[in-house]
Amino acid sequence: MNWTRKDLLGLRELSADEINFILETADAFKQVGTREIKKVPALRGKTLVNFFVEPSTRTRTSFELAAFRLSADVVNISAATSSLTKGETLKDTAKNLEALHADILVLRHSAAGAAQFLAQRLKASVINAGDGAHEHPTQALLDLYTIREKRGKIDNLHVVIIGDILFSRVARSNIFGLTKLGARVTLVGPSTLVPREFEKLGVTVSHKIDNVLPGADVVNLLRIQHERQRKEYFPGTGEYTRLFGLTKERAKMLKPDCLIMHPGPINRGVEIDSEVADGNQSVILDQVTNGLAVRMAVLYLCGGISPA
Amino acid sequence: MSSTIIRNGRVIDPANGRDEIVDLAIVDGRIAQSADANAEIIDASGLIVAPGLIDMHVHLREPGFSHKETIGSGARAAAAGGFTTIVCMPNTSPPADNPSTIAWIKDCAAETAVVNVLPTGAISKNLEGSELAPIASLGAAGVVAVTDDGRCVQSNELMRRAVEYARMVGLPVLDHCQDYNLVANGLVHEGYWSTLLGLPGWPSAGEEAIVMRNILLAELCDHHIHCQHISAAGSVRLIREARGRGVKISGEVCPHHIALTDEAIQNFDTNYKMNPPLRSQQDVDAILEGIADGTLSILASDHAPHAQFEKEVEFDAAPFGIVGLETELGLFLDLLVHKHGKIDIVRLIEMYTVEPAKLLALDAGTLSVGAAADVTLIDPDLEWTVKIDKFESASRNSPFDGWKLKGRAVRTIVDGKTVWNLNR
Repeated sequence: MNWTRKDLLGLRELSADEINFILETADAFKQVGTREIKKVPALRGKTLVNFFVEPSTRTRTSFELAAFRLSADVVNISAATSSLTKGETLKDTAKNLEALHADILVLRHSAAGAAQFLAQRLKASVINAGDGAHEHPTQALLDLYTIREKRGKIDNLHVVIIGDILFSRVARSNIFGLTKLGARVTLVGPSTLVPREFEKLGVTVSHKIDNVLPGADVVNLLRIQHERQRKEYFPGTGEYTRLFGLTKERAKMLKPDCLIMHPGPINRGVEIDSEVADGNQSVILDQVTNGLAVRMAVLYLCGGISPA
Repeated sequence: MSSTIIRNGRVIDPANGRDEIVDLAIVDGRIAQSADANAEIIDASGLIVAPGLIDMHVHLREPGFSHKETIGSGARAAAAGGFTTIVCMPNTSPPADNPSTIAWIKDCAAETAVVNVLPTGAISKNLEGSELAPIASLGAAGVVAVTDDGRCVQSNELMRRAVEYARMVGLPVLDHCQDYNLVANGLVHEGYWSTLLGLPGWPSAGEEAIVMRNILLAELCDHHIHCQHISAAGSVRLIREARGRGVKISGEVCPHHIALTDEAIQNFDTNYKMNPPLRSQQDVDAILEGIADGTLSILASDHAPHAQFEKEVEFDAAPFGIVGLETELGLFLDLLVHKHGKIDIVRLIEMYTVEPAKLLALDAGTLSVGAAADVTLIDPDLEWTVKIDKFESASRNSPFDGWKLKGRAVRTIVDGKTVWNLNR
């Protein structure tokens, strides 16, 4: 197929074919990381701006490396050191970057829809690196890539996502991507963070992890966030771990070929026991490596489309 | 002596039980029995001749926010929408919580407004919800009601005392029903779409809880409380039950709460971000039933102008609200009368005249002989397309650009003078 989108805003609007096309393109880029000279000229001469209004080290470093490996020029802007602190609007900041002929803008922002907002107003390609609780498409894509790599397929696998689903863009993008590719998805977590309303998205909701784990082909754990607002949603990490943590006892309930995944950063001893994170069913570090290949694929595909 | 005859129109004057094709005479700015031979003739064949319409929920933004709207431009927008009287909300800067600001508003309106502008005063000082505003002085300064709209008094104790106090001076209380704790940082209706899009939800219970509070206080204090912009099915149910028992409670509907649902938010277009939010189809259906059976008795716009640069931001950051004066009558005619057949045009006019006039004890909303000649001519079958760049309002934040509607005001007359004419 031909890739036609200048932006990657989310997985909800992509077709299964488009998702598979990205994963196949990532196959080609994966091997670049194993070469001695880790570079291809695909985006030579292009300017990429990492505009991270919400902080990140992992995702931003991943995009930065992906861009370098494609030979693009990279600029990093974070909110704290930008004129956003002087009251400049997101739109004005982006327009200024476009005036410097930035070709690709990778945006992470706390507002859902921020990436779409800019994509509609800029000629540059906009890649959503996370917009509020809405979507984090490249994370879900690398999760899909990892499942496909380790299990050979995605359809008909039972994928269990555990944690704070309500506030998670990783969960949403995964739900969209997995259901489109034919996986069966179960969400597990406290009822305040995994409301039944999610079942309308074509998934199952459960609050009893022990019932779900034995049938899982993939377990994807989300970091449990414990800021001030969440204290109204659940009473603390102790109770969370007791009810939903992937302890080493619970890990014994898993099928031997079940994958254990986590977008990172992991809270050892909270959502996952330390030795489970380091155990032989864990593919957490493979996810990181695959993230680079997936992001190279996304930058290559979208960066090659000029606006109509 | 100036005189006018509006000839051959269908005069619908619900206050006097009139619905007939007859001439209407205006002499020296008042409705008259007849006019002399050299009167100006306005041909109203095929048109409805109604008492000037009243919109009792409008934000005119002055003093303090004139980049969004002025009293003058808001009044022109009202005229263009067919309204001869508008009631403005107190969340200005400074807020309308003191007689000086009321005097300023009235002076400004006298100088710049082509329609009648009636101010409301605040319930609490600075709209902060902790101390009573000088409600009696506000009444003396000329407010027609008290409200903290865009905010909502959270302390039930303060609200109770405010209602008792307002009762003493005969001022109705209007309330923007929002429980800040239940709503938290909700931006859109809590439901399927908020779950899908990862936007914080504003649950219906956040409105219903305050409607319930108001019903209890209306009973306790024996005074009327009017619940503004009802958006949730549960609110309709509560108001219906309470009115059935004779409680002094009423509800109001804005057109966007029946024209749109929360499905509209999926592209994060801030023209669909309002407070209370667009809700589900079940809520729309319940509101339509509430209008049909008289549970909800007032129609209004909650006209909320914002400058383009303020609305053209990421969804989280945008202010709530849309303009509405120039589209509300067309939307209600099109949806309530033509499309859904929920009420007839006589009731529609009644909801825009008799009902607000009764609620606010206004000397308006009728075509009785001797009344001020505020008249709205309506073509109920005129098909037109909304064009926001033609708005009289200073702002353009409307989701209805390009909508094809059936029914429109074609001429607005205040004190016998035409202040707006579609075919000018």
